[in-house]
Amino acid sequence: MSEPVTSTNDLEHVQPAAHPVVPYDPVANQIGMWLFLFTEFVLFGILFICFAVYLYEYKWQFEKGSGELNVAFGTINTLILLTSSLTVALAIAAMERSRKSLCVNLLTITVILAMAFFMIKSYEWGMKFEHGIYPGSTHLLEDFTKGENVFFGLYFTMTGLHGLHVLIGVTLLLFVRHKIQRDQVTPARISLLENSGLYWHLVDLIWIFLFPLFYLIS
Amino acid sequence: MDSTHQEPALIPYRVYVLVWAALVVLTGLTVSAHYADMGHVAILTAILIATLKVTLVMLYFMHLRFASPVLIAMVLFVLLSYTIFLSLTFTDYIAR
Repeated sequence: MSEPVTSTNDLEHVQPAAHPVVPYDPVANQIGMWLFLFTEFVLFGILFICFAVYLYEYKWQFEKGSGELNVAFGTINTLILLTSSLTVALAIAAMERSRKSLCVNLLTITVILAMAFFMIKSYEWGMKFEHGIYPGSTHLLEDFTKGENVFFGLYFTMTGLHGLHVLIGVTLLLFVRHKIQRDQVTPARISLLENSGLYWHLVDLIWIFLFPLFYLIS
Repeated sequence: MDSTHQEPALIPYRVYVLVWAALVVLTGLTVSAHYADMGHVAILTAILIATLKVTLVMLYFMHLRFASPVLIAMVLFVLLSYTIFLSLTFTDYIAR
């Protein structure tokens, strides 16, 4: 740091008042997004460690709890999320080739698939609630073992947090779709689309682990 | 950052569709393995297949295969830290 300190007065001269030029650096944008994704890894990573330890502690209770979940719903939701990951990856590929309307359509499909996932998940939760299985319910506390309570506690926490990420992802995808339509995201300034895609793939990644751990251990 | 790092040529749409097909096949595999009643190795199999799926998504959908070495090193560092964290937790839990 041998450079002389610039005085505030000089800075005022450098920055144009009306339209400041925002430097665009796609590599920095990508690395910044990944840094954020690392914090998401930690958030879900800790919950996965909790799951692993309790699975070790309450093996048969977790297997019994897993048997209560509907494998068909889980499988369909997995396929929906995988397909939505494909459509968002294709949307980015389309934008790279300057095919704007194809990109917008693929984003629309992604959002529809995401909402389908969310509706199936809500329906699943609703069915569990109807059967009296929800955090702190008397049915769960009195008729189930401690291990099964831990299983459903983690189930609602982790799929709930994941569902929240789905909703944030949908909002982000709709926002970037709007920006593309207004030509504020273009092949030359593609970072917002690419980073939204990264976020959506993260939502997919988490579900890829959630699905076998909750639905397929019975 | 490596200044000579070049943006890769456009990845063909075909690659994404093939990766998606592989992911769907792996999902089918993990569900059939569930019904095959594999006993003790069931959870291990499910986790291995999930890890394979996640690797495919990260390499192709998230473009890590074509990313700068710095970013790849960062991701590997995070994954390594997580593995250490997970193993230490288990070592403590099993040994107490």
